[in-house]
Amino acid sequence: MSNAHSGAAGNGPAAGPAGSAAIQNRPAAPATGESSGSGPGPAPSGGPGSGPERRQSLSQRGLPRWAPAGFAAAGIVIGVAVGAGAGLQSRVQWGLIAVVAFLVISYAVTSAVENSRQAKDRLATSVVWVCFILAVIPLFSLLWVTVSRGMKVLDPYFLSHSMAGVPSSQAGGGVYHALIGTLEQVGIATVIATPIGLLTAVYLVEYGKGALAKAVTFFVDVMTGIPSIVAGLFILAIMLMGKIEPSGLMGSLALAILMMPVVVRSTEEMLKLVPNELREAALALGVPKWRMILKVVLPTAIGGITTGVMLAIARIAGETAPIILLVFGSQLINSNPFEGAQSSLPFYIYEQYKAGEVASIDRAWAAALVLIAFVMILNLVARGIARWKAPKTGR
Amino acid sequence: MAKRIDVSGLSAFYGSHRAIDDISMTVEPRSVTAFIGPSGCGKSTFLRTLNRMHEVTPGGRVEGKVLLDDENLYGSNVDPVAVRRTVGMVFQRPNPFPTMSIYDNVAAGLRLNGKYGKSRLNEIVEKSLKGANLWNEVKDRLNKPGSGLSGGQQQRLCIARAIAVEPDVLLMDEPCSALDPISTLAIEDLIGELKERFTIVIVTHNMQQAARVSDRTAFFNLAAVGQPGKLIEIDETERIFANPSVQATEDYISGRFG
Amino acid sequence: MASTTPIDTPPAPPAKSSPGGSTGRMGDTVFSGLSKGSGILLLVIMATIAVFLTYRATLAISQDEGNFLTTFDWNPAGDPPVFGIAVLLFGTVVSSVIALVIAVPVAVGIALFISHYAPRRLAAPLAYVVDLLAAVPSIIYGIWGALFLVPYLDGLNLWLDQYFSWTYIFDQTQPGVARNMFTVGILLAIMILPIITSVSREVFLQVPRMNEEAALALGATRWEVIRMSVLPFGRSGVISASMLGLGRALGETMAVATVLSPNFVMSLHLLDPGGGTFAQNIAAKFDEADQFGRDALIASGLVLFLLTLLVNGAARLIIARRKEYSGANA
Repeated sequence: MSNAHSGAAGNGPAAGPAGSAAIQNRPAAPATGESSGSGPGPAPSGGPGSGPERRQSLSQRGLPRWAPAGFAAAGIVIGVAVGAGAGLQSRVQWGLIAVVAFLVISYAVTSAVENSRQAKDRLATSVVWVCFILAVIPLFSLLWVTVSRGMKVLDPYFLSHSMAGVPSSQAGGGVYHALIGTLEQVGIATVIATPIGLLTAVYLVEYGKGALAKAVTFFVDVMTGIPSIVAGLFILAIMLMGKIEPSGLMGSLALAILMMPVVVRSTEEMLKLVPNELREAALALGVPKWRMILKVVLPTAIGGITTGVMLAIARIAGETAPIILLVFGSQLINSNPFEGAQSSLPFYIYEQYKAGEVASIDRAWAAALVLIAFVMILNLVARGIARWKAPKTGR
Repeated sequence: MAKRIDVSGLSAFYGSHRAIDDISMTVEPRSVTAFIGPSGCGKSTFLRTLNRMHEVTPGGRVEGKVLLDDENLYGSNVDPVAVRRTVGMVFQRPNPFPTMSIYDNVAAGLRLNGKYGKSRLNEIVEKSLKGANLWNEVKDRLNKPGSGLSGGQQQRLCIARAIAVEPDVLLMDEPCSALDPISTLAIEDLIGELKERFTIVIVTHNMQQAARVSDRTAFFNLAAVGQPGKLIEIDETERIFANPSVQATEDYISGRFG
Repeated sequence: MASTTPIDTPPAPPAKSSPGGSTGRMGDTVFSGLSKGSGILLLVIMATIAVFLTYRATLAISQDEGNFLTTFDWNPAGDPPVFGIAVLLFGTVVSSVIALVIAVPVAVGIALFISHYAPRRLAAPLAYVVDLLAAVPSIIYGIWGALFLVPYLDGLNLWLDQYFSWTYIFDQTQPGVARNMFTVGILLAIMILPIITSVSREVFLQVPRMNEEAALALGATRWEVIRMSVLPFGRSGVISASMLGLGRALGETMAVATVLSPNFVMSLHLLDPGGGTFAQNIAAKFDEADQFGRDALIASGLVLFLLTLLVNGAARLIIARRKEYSGANA
């Protein structure tokens, strides 16, 4: 799909930015574009073609293929020159000036050498590239900062000790209690949410008809959009009514609410991919429907379902807000999720950040690195499974 | 302004796969040339090399020359965008722009190329729709979406859209294969009228259609699946159907294969 | 599947258990009951969320001596208790709108880059990276924003104030570090970029190839192809993607809580520190809140819930309408 499209706009055989640029480098029939554009209207060309004016030639002078790179270089030079010359402190400003210069140069030069249609095309291409770069910079910065700062205190000691007796201003201590908390809370949430989510998806795809199914579909979508803090408040309301003390379990319940719709959605998509012929084949053999679902449909889709569940786990593992409200946080190791306050990785990061000491912020970054690694590994493994399982489902 | 097309030594590739091999032929102006041949023989690929649409397919690549009158479409300084304006194309399935009205569909190509006055635009749209034998059916609903028309009407709308920019050549890639017989007939009649003004090249699966509409017919074939397609022969349509000079052509036309 | 064609074959070999009528029937009833029950359970959860939040919220609101909607203060522990959501609602909407204004054009650009501009070998990994970015936990965006982004934006703020103070919104009346609504908006924009990008990208990739070829064959440049066939086709998809992004931005807690230095002032001077959002306020005030204070926070959470419900519902409706439209068109 993406292949077909990347080539669709005149991307010739040569791949790579230079290749695609090469084609749009060449000007459109300019005589036409310009003259019919400026012409006052009816062209007295006579003959059958009293339509648009005739083109004289298919080719015209154009910019070389390296032009965009040249424009970009010029833009950067201008950005740096103006930034340094005017003594602007923020690199953000340098970048913005470079971007504006790049866009203006691209448009102006192309419209002078080629024509206005080509110039617009070039401008659009430039803007799209700029958007891409604009997005990539903060994202790589985020990963880079997390990794480089996180490495400072991340070591086996950090992973195997709690914060018991460590004042926030002092170095030392670790993330062990938070790791245990996260694993337990996420584990319980998964145990609750996965079967419910799976069964709901099965209901929607295999049984669901009529108003109930429509309502479930709609509210699953709506549930996907519930802010995590609202899910936390909901459990909090229950705790206030039942006079329940904070514990890891309460956090798990909120996380389960956040996880369910994600599991339903992804499972539903996967079940829909199972070809109907397979179902009919099983039913035609006299297998009861429930066995057909358990033995044929679910096994066929299991790769995709696993991926969906893992992605959902990755999502809830980073949730902080419900933990603040429901688990209360602790400096100590509490491996019992059903009683007493616990910590969790994201909560730990928040707590250490708020303490505001040099040592605690170092710990916050290190914990952020642990969390990001956890989430990314889950993601990579999940997508690996999806890719590895994909051919077997016949897609 | 119909122009002659001279193809010499043209091969087209998908990645490293050679889809058509070393084709040379001449297409006469103000005539209809039909391409026939079994599936996969490269006739559609060849058609798409005539307006440089082949290269928009990922991995698509062309070697050889295509002269439009005396200008090589694959010359180093030639802009594919300009080529496609000069060589119009109608596709296998009607593809009007779904979000545009009938009027806007016809005007789409004109609007790309500069400003036309309102009255001038109206004039060209009307002329093109009349040229496509569609005017009487749609003149009261020009502002309705083009996707609301029947398949045959949509295809004629696409023809109107293509001829509105006054191309020199009109390429048609199995334009009737998705249509019912009556719509097919309407399009075939239209082709007969359009050849007064344009050089027309049509790919068709239907040999009767080739016999009905074309002046000259080219037969393409491939030695085996996976082999590149080749031009077997091109000649007056009557000769091809009555007395072809190559055995394979006769076999194909008499229905012995393909 | 080929094995199914001979109808006369006895069903014994593939069906491992005996397809006895009664066990099959029983199993079917139990299984369909279970799955239907799960669906109903989801609805029940949604309903109880609404009911519980509303109940606790009314407990709090009924004792609020201020006007819950218009009061510019949050003091449920006071005597008399006075609290209102005006500032929070304002701040939530403003920060989300800033985020949207920045994120949507950039996200559409990235989506087009991946779907139509990027060299083929780059497109797939790029899409993958964008998806991974959606997975970064918000607390990490939060500390990155507070510790890394804010210092970088200080200079930009000064500059904006210097040259654009005439726009009113960029007029900085209280100098200070960039822990303001504008920074929050930028950070939220970065956070919702991935979701808007990936939904838009999917829609752009669904544009029928023949629509694009129609434009190409008329002699359109790449940008003209996009303008004629890709953007019109993708418009409603982009709108619903933006709404989904908006929903995320409205409810975002940690990124705002870490970056903003909050107060209860409503100001359109985006560069002045201060303001607040629903989610941020809940996270910040929770520790010091007694039971009544928590109910008051629940009341504000209920408003947030309704707001996101509205936005997400609208997004889903647009998507549903679009499906019908493209279905009729196929």
